[in-house]
Amino acid sequence: MTLLTFTLNGKKQSVDVPPATPLLWVLRDTLKLTGTKYSCGKGLCGSCTVHVDGEPRKSCTLPVSKVEGKTVLTIEGLGARGLHPVQKAWIEDEVAQCGYCQPGQIMTAVALLDDNAHPTDSDIEDAMKGILCRCGTYQRIKKAIHTAAEEA
Amino acid sequence: MNSIESKLLDRRQFLKLSTGSTAALVLGFCWPLNGKDSVSGEDVTFVPNAYLKIHSNDTVSVIMPRSEMGQKIYTALPQIVAEELEADWSKIKVIQGDLNEVYGSQTTGGSASVRTQYDRLRKAGATAKAMLIQAAATTLNVPVSECHAESGYVHHSRSDRILSYGSLVALANTLAVPKNVILKDPKAFHIIGKAYKSLDGVGKVDGSIKFGYDFELPEMLTAVVARIPKYGGSIVTFDATEALKVPGVTKVAPISAGVAVLAENSWAALQGRKKLVVKWNDGPHAKLNSKKISDDLHIALEQEGTIIRAEGDTDKALKTAERQIDLTFEVPYLDHAPQEPNNCTAHVHNGICEIWAPTQNPGAAWWAAKSVTQFDDENIKIHTLRMGGAFGRKLQSDYVRDAVEVAQLTKLPVKVIRTRSEDLKNGFYRPSTVHQVKVGLDRNNKLVSWNHKLSGPQDGWAPIITGGADELAYDIPNQKVSYVMTKQPIPIGAWRSVAHTQNAFVHESMVDEVARKTGRDPLAFRRELLKNRPRHLGVLDLVEKHSKWGKPLKDNRAQGLAVHYSFNSYVAIVIEISEAKKGLHVERVTAAIDCGTVINPDGVRAQVEGGIVMGLTAALYGEITIDQGEVEQTNFHNYRLLKMDKMPEINIHIVESTEPPTGVGEPPVPPTPPALMNAIAALTGKRLSRLPLKSQLG
Ligand code: FES
Ligand code: FES
Repeated sequence: MTLLTFTLNGKKQSVDVPPATPLLWVLRDTLKLTGTKYSCGKGLCGSCTVHVDGEPRKSCTLPVSKVEGKTVLTIEGLGARGLHPVQKAWIEDEVAQCGYCQPGQIMTAVALLDDNAHPTDSDIEDAMKGILCRCGTYQRIKKAIHTAAEEA
Repeated sequence: MNSIESKLLDRRQFLKLSTGSTAALVLGFCWPLNGKDSVSGEDVTFVPNAYLKIHSNDTVSVIMPRSEMGQKIYTALPQIVAEELEADWSKIKVIQGDLNEVYGSQTTGGSASVRTQYDRLRKAGATAKAMLIQAAATTLNVPVSECHAESGYVHHSRSDRILSYGSLVALANTLAVPKNVILKDPKAFHIIGKAYKSLDGVGKVDGSIKFGYDFELPEMLTAVVARIPKYGGSIVTFDATEALKVPGVTKVAPISAGVAVLAENSWAALQGRKKLVVKWNDGPHAKLNSKKISDDLHIALEQEGTIIRAEGDTDKALKTAERQIDLTFEVPYLDHAPQEPNNCTAHVHNGICEIWAPTQNPGAAWWAAKSVTQFDDENIKIHTLRMGGAFGRKLQSDYVRDAVEVAQLTKLPVKVIRTRSEDLKNGFYRPSTVHQVKVGLDRNNKLVSWNHKLSGPQDGWAPIITGGADELAYDIPNQKVSYVMTKQPIPIGAWRSVAHTQNAFVHESMVDEVARKTGRDPLAFRRELLKNRPRHLGVLDLVEKHSKWGKPLKDNRAQGLAVHYSFNSYVAIVIEISEAKKGLHVERVTAAIDCGTVINPDGVRAQVEGGIVMGLTAALYGEITIDQGEVEQTNFHNYRLLKMDKMPEINIHIVESTEPPTGVGEPPVPPTPPALMNAIAALTGKRLSRLPLKSQLG
């Protein structure tokens, strides 16, 4: 097997796995970063969203070979040096119910705010509509994104 | 002030249960017999009862007798204890309790955690507080009556001295547990009723909290099961040659649900399963489809039903009625689809079976393990893990049984995971039901007769179909409710709010239809029929005010209303919809809930928001269908969930009340679909009586 190397949460990371393995399972099983969640495995829900070179990507359908040489940020890396304003807003607005979808929601919201510091409701809906929450926390997600935008 | 005889087990009983050889299910409690807490290693820990540990460093651990799945009992239940204990909130920690008979039922369901644990947890806190005050009085050599507790300290104001709870644990440990404790006057509550932030809030945003799917043990294997696809089917043969070639796959073997693929990691297991070749026997239901099930349910209604409510003489009242209105309703099977698919970790070794399950029902998990292994009771251990949503699905223990059977194939611990597709196709669904309702009106358009006959796919416990059908709140002199059951091979189970989901839809659509057909305002009409139901009226008043009911709306808009009582709580919902070129849109939802004493108002709001979203999702898209003896839905593209761009604005109003706390997680669901259907009827004049809407809106 070949060693694949990428930057993960600010550090060089090499893994020895079949190159077709989805990034999701490399993160969860090989690297024990379980904050990134499995829910559909087909790119349909967004629970597995991470950043690859700053863009939100669904890691369940992304072969790890595609991130070779790139920069990957997971929920664990996002808050590693103190909580990100989006994470703080999530706590402030008490967004999470079960919390299972929230890493994917937060990573998507961070990417949105990186692009668009003051999104409108419809910008938020556009960016977030692919990220499912069975607990139904959408209203609070929207509010928390505005909160984060104001406080950033 | 009320004094309640303490029903809490005292420490001696508790110790006996925890450590005695007769205690089969008792796990996880440690008594500082030799001066050390065997878990924390701390010098002394005061364990006044099964719900509390107070440590010498002032930390207060509250042990959760129920499980967390997003309903936030990890915050609400500690609030109850902390209130009576006069604890310092910043010192509260939560520990998940394992299965232990001292807690009685540990099933998390029926919106019951707060309402059933309220008195117990108050007493648990009050008992500990009394003992700490006693310990402080002894230490200071002053009368108990001169001491009071506040924020984690006992104060003796006359001498201006204070002692922290932690400093009192050693002495408190030696005291007898008081039998009667005085509970606080609710007027003095300062923790109950406040919107405290979740104690586990940080872990939910930094990826650190662990769900069942994230659970890990050293050397653990991961397995997936290629499950028998058709109801009643079986395995004929399987060929594992290619599967075993996948790097990381360690074993392939049959279990009762299908063929298990064990591997060193999840991806290897998933790949192995793809490569597995199985020949299935289709079994006796290979031709079954949704049309046939629906036909069965409709035909069943021609039979005489089992009567579950009979008042007056509905048949006569119908015959003599001035006017009769009939409607037939139908709802589909629904899956819970929690965001975290089912999974369970098991380790079977040396005659011991240890289970780590994200479960609402550790008792059922225990029985599943017992029935598979037949091990001695004390050798079966259940650990409850956090759930990424459950909604009733994780009351079942099918996935625990899978894990135990797979674990028997290896000496190593093994986590058995399901894919979304397997989870959707192997559900315990909200049953599909058909309802025939005939109502009679007298010459003043007064409702005089209500005849509701329903059919469902069930040959066991009827309330899973009938619950709520026999509790029509409206004042109608002649009422008959009856049911007929048909047999279907599709497993059914409790889905958030159980049978209220379908029966509230029927009640609230029908009453609305009568109001509409007789030209009356649906809210005024309901009020008339609910004259003697003050708490129904209370929630109606609130939504009337806040939804601006009856006030002029923008063009192409309409409102629909529903009110329903379930799990001891009252919820009214007004939904405002609009019609544009793109179709119908849900604009605004106004909800009111009366759930008695509120522990955490923000937690209540969160549950109401979530319940409304779940109700809307069901009404708009929710449908599990069967073709050729198996479920057709395989993932979120064909089992759709509401997305953020379809999300209405939700406003929630809570009735102020000093009544005992009642259910919150489920009650908002039932009135949501009928409120939407009633809004559609108001807007379009069309009464839609079949769910979901997607098939009817074009
Ligand atoms: S798990 Fe990746 S999109 Fe659903
Ligand atoms: S918070 Fe539970 S799925 Fe989103």
